[in-house]
Amino acid sequence: MMFAAAAAGLIIPMLMALARGLMGPTLYDRVLAGNSFGTKTVLLIAVLGFIGGRPDFLDIALLYALMNFVGTIAILKFFRYRNLGIAGETGNGNGDGGAA
Amino acid sequence: MMEIVIDILSWGFILAGVFFVFIGTLGMLRLPDFYTRLHAAGITDTMGMELLLIGMMLQAGWSLATVKLLMISLFIFFTSPTATHALANAANSVGLRPYGVPEKDLRRTSKEDV
Repeated sequence: MMFAAAAAGLIIPMLMALARGLMGPTLYDRVLAGNSFGTKTVLLIAVLGFIGGRPDFLDIALLYALMNFVGTIAILKFFRYRNLGIAGETGNGNGDGGAA
Repeated sequence: MMEIVIDILSWGFILAGVFFVFIGTLGMLRLPDFYTRLHAAGITDTMGMELLLIGMMLQAGWSLATVKLLMISLFIFFTSPTATHALANAANSVGLRPYGVPEKDLRRTSKEDV
């Protein structure tokens, strides 16, 4: 009962974050909405694990939290420098080295 | 007796967490500007997330699930401000300006930002 209420109270904010992501005026609004959606997804996975009585879901939630952070940073870096770094390059990672 | 106390406490924590998640997302949907939306999303990532996970920890008791919940809460506690800072820095460096601040109060980082 308690966790069903928590799941319902998480799904509605997830839809609201999705709406902000769809209508966000700038790129950064969309990235922010995606990051916030990911945080709420982590919480929803943990709550679903408690509803189903399966604590293994917490491992998936932990992995999702890590992937969410790395994904946000990767998206920001990609839109700043138009690549994620060139293979074999040992520069400062801003992508203009090695391209000659 | 002990189960009732723990149930009531975890109800309170989970309802407060859902409330803060809802408030933060409502702010993210309704506030007028990117930087204010960033502030509202931070409420979800700190207060709502921590309260929900504390409520779940109370339900899980002393077990491996509590350790995993603690790990999730620590990871989000450290990575969320980092992501927020990277986002605000990226938005500022491409010239997105705060809402409602007079032009003369903005410190310009370079000439072509005007």
